[in-house]
Amino acid sequence: MPAQVVRPAGEEPNVFTQAMLGWEAWLEPLAAEELTERHFDGLVDRRRAANPYFRLLVRDPDILGARTRTDNDIFYNEKGGLPRALRELSAASASRSNGCIYCASVHARFASHHSKRPDDVQRLLDEGTAAPQDDAQWRAVIDASVALTATPVAFGAEHVRQLREAGLDDLAIADAIHGAAFFNWANRLMLSLGQPTQPRG
Amino acid sequence: MTTDVIDRLVGASAGDALFALREQRPDAKRNAQASYDALFASDELEHVSQLERLAVAYWAVALTGSPAAAHYRELLEAESPETLATLEAALPEALTNGPYGDYPAGPLSAENVAGLHWRPSDEVTAALGIRLAAALAHTHLLTYRPRDASTDALQALLDAGWSTTGIVTLSQLVSFLNFQLRVVAGLTVLKGEL
Repeated sequence: MPAQVVRPAGEEPNVFTQAMLGWEAWLEPLAAEELTERHFDGLVDRRRAANPYFRLLVRDPDILGARTRTDNDIFYNEKGGLPRALRELSAASASRSNGCIYCASVHARFASHHSKRPDDVQRLLDEGTAAPQDDAQWRAVIDASVALTATPVAFGAEHVRQLREAGLDDLAIADAIHGAAFFNWANRLMLSLGQPTQPRG
Repeated sequence: MTTDVIDRLVGASAGDALFALREQRPDAKRNAQASYDALFASDELEHVSQLERLAVAYWAVALTGSPAAAHYRELLEAESPETLATLEAALPEALTNGPYGDYPAGPLSAENVAGLHWRPSDEVTAALGIRLAAALAHTHLLTYRPRDASTDALQALLDAGWSTTGIVTLSQLVSFLNFQLRVVAGLTVLKGEL
């Protein structure tokens, strides 16, 4: 008999939020006692063994390790390029466009933290990616991220020019491209291997 | 030195401006390539065969209309021209535009977008087997309407013979390709504007 998925009992969140959500896997994560050194290398940070999402993904440790190291350089490399707040905005915009409530919650929260503009971030969540944004850099990053998230990809020279006219240099533009592209990876994993759960009261 | 696949697909080489730009995020570049290698040159094929990897890769990228599909087409053609022919015949009816799909019932239901729920035809299933056919249906879902993902979709994969670990690899494969083809698309446009 084939294995059976796990069907969580609780209600899923049904709105975009900046609150801290939980996440439950639909498939059995690897048991903690089965983790080998190859698995820990895939987790990159050993503390991630406590997290069901990473303990499920670590069933294929090589791709998880490469994924995590790609993620870390796109979002945390501080040598020039796109300001942190705008990298998080690219992640939140792609997540809002694909409809990943969990990913959007995390990266909206980070965008708010780094920009100190939680209301502008909340408008993106409440009204969507087309909601008004006065800041030309925010507008350009959101528009570019949405165009990159479309299938087929709708990103064109006009998006590069919009980013540049808003004052972003080539490395910042490359960062915006990578941020949105990466969340087209992350959103698909988060959306398809489990579900968000309500914040703990 | 091995060729970096994204550089090759974008047409970047040492000495040009785009190549130099990617070098400023060296770990992202190296690990995007390591991701490709982990998926397509794996020493662990017990849960997902090489043919399954290449068939799903061609299907995922071709569905998006990305020029990167030519790369995966070539790899699949070398592995199984019969599989490629079946996928190419099925492709026109599977093409659409994303993202679409439904939200959990509530205020966001107003943003639900209807669209194609592609299922393999009997001919496709007969040619490729239920296991690969089920993976193609899941690939279509993940590519175009990831917010429609569900426990039922995963159960369908388990019922078709996929292991839990195999589903993780399959999900990474399709999700990684959706990253890679967007990096290629974005950097190709940027290259034209440098």
